[in-house]
Amino acid sequence: MIEAQGLTKRYGATVAVDNLSFEVKPGKVTGFLGPNGAGKSTTMRMILGLDTPTSGDVRIDGQHYRDLHKPLTKIGALLDAKWVHPNRSARAHLAWMAASNKLPKSSVDKALEMVGLTSVAHKRAGAYSLGMSQRLGIAGALLGDPEVLLFDEPVNGLDPEGIVWIRTFMQKLASEGRTVLVSSHLLSEMSLTAEELIVIGRGKLIAQSSTRDFVDRASGTTVKVRTPQFDQLQNLLRQQQLITRIDDAEDQGKALLVEGNVTTDQIGELAAAHAIVLHELTLQRGSLEQAFMQMTGDSVQYHAHDELAHVADVQLPPPAGTEVAAGPKEEN
Amino acid sequence: MSVITVERIKLFSTRSPWWCMVISAVLSIGLAALFLGFLPSDEKPRATILMTQGGAQLSQMVMMVMAALAVTTEYRFGTIRTSFQAVPQRATVLLGKTAVVAAVAGVVGVVASFGAWAIGNVVDGSADLAINTAAEWRLVAGQGLVFALSAVIAVAVGILIRQSAGAIAILILWPLLLENLVQLIPKVGDDISQWSPFKNADSFLNQGQAFGLAGEPGQYALSPWWALLYFAGWAAALMTIALFTASKRDA
Repeated sequence: MIEAQGLTKRYGATVAVDNLSFEVKPGKVTGFLGPNGAGKSTTMRMILGLDTPTSGDVRIDGQHYRDLHKPLTKIGALLDAKWVHPNRSARAHLAWMAASNKLPKSSVDKALEMVGLTSVAHKRAGAYSLGMSQRLGIAGALLGDPEVLLFDEPVNGLDPEGIVWIRTFMQKLASEGRTVLVSSHLLSEMSLTAEELIVIGRGKLIAQSSTRDFVDRASGTTVKVRTPQFDQLQNLLRQQQLITRIDDAEDQGKALLVEGNVTTDQIGELAAAHAIVLHELTLQRGSLEQAFMQMTGDSVQYHAHDELAHVADVQLPPPAGTEVAAGPKEEN
Repeated sequence: MSVITVERIKLFSTRSPWWCMVISAVLSIGLAALFLGFLPSDEKPRATILMTQGGAQLSQMVMMVMAALAVTTEYRFGTIRTSFQAVPQRATVLLGKTAVVAAVAGVVGVVASFGAWAIGNVVDGSADLAINTAAEWRLVAGQGLVFALSAVIAVAVGILIRQSAGAIAILILWPLLLENLVQLIPKVGDDISQWSPFKNADSFLNQGQAFGLAGEPGQYALSPWWALLYFAGWAAALMTIALFTASKRDA
């Protein structure tokens, strides 16, 4: 289990990670989600003892990384696939890593086999494609057969085949009972891979919940209704305890947006029972990306103002059973 | 010692260290052949052992470049982070690297100096180049120690600078230019020069040698072995600062 307590990292005046507390539960794939520059990589480097936190603390099974004995057998990590000497062969790269933790030579062959690089292991790593480098990085992470694995943006820049491979591979690792923390800026990707989510923006925790809750909340539906008997329908829906909003942005006249778990069938039948004419009845689903952007919108470090302001107009139903630290609210 | 194995694998699994080693040895031996081979025949009998070691400084530079690159390429390609991830005790990692690089430089130094001495004997049979005195043994065998200690300095500079071009520039300009230029400062210049680290490495090698055609001996502040110890002190001090810095800062 990885536990962060009030983790903070400052570089001069910029705060990369701001009082971040979270838990990565064992035996699951946890997605570490946030826009670019949210502090995901910095956090991962602090977990691995590469960067020293300005304040706060992060421990792996109660221990600081620097106190781990043979750390590769405890926690494997792929932070950057390009962290390989381009003129060294993949086998030699893994060989020195294995030697550093007194792992048997067979572990190198096993790791190469697992990621499918055995036939090209003698080639210099600089000649590898990004997909192959990524596999080599994963081989390095798996070398010591660790219980905990850390991957930083592993699908970035990969072709579809590579993405599917990484996705299935991570699920396989979790099914073996390993703890996997994988960072990404793509919610749609995480919704396919991760069971739990830690969402951060501008170094702050935005949400920690199960992916299912997060996605349910994010992809909530609205029903859009247009009718000539506008006031009549609005009153009717209010009587049914349904939350409505008025959407008069379009030229076709005012429309009603009905929120909550309602279907077009229900609204249609309700209108028919009261003899209300409907001109339009459509189900609108907010995309995961929109929802994610709305949640992290305020916390994106560099953004084009107009575009995001528009996206933030999308309204979402309130969360159900999810702990959410909204906006700048401090944890604890 | 697993860190020694690690650094041995790292150093010998890329080609550039091999090139540096070969170039280093060839420079010493080749220059000795040229220096003695092209002597006019009337001067040939006056050649000395010291003259066979004329290329040593250049060879030493090449090994310092190799030593510095052993660190700076790790920073350049990010493998230093993988290294610290595998062994979080950073000083242990870096000392392992220093030990391997210094040992390699020492061996190359000995091969280069004895090779140069041997080729001198081949191209100039008329001179007395037999190694008889303790001072002569110190000159030829001692190159190994000087190479090893200058490699330690190079690793320390590499750790502190983290960048190949900068580290190499410092390592070349320091012994070749800086320590000679300070001599030009009036009044104190000579004293500063005599207490410069690389001048003391020279002092360790050159004291008590027959200069012959190789010019005049310089001024020495310390006796040979104290001079070497002084040079080693610089290496140890720089390495301590480097290890402290690397342990504190973000990788």
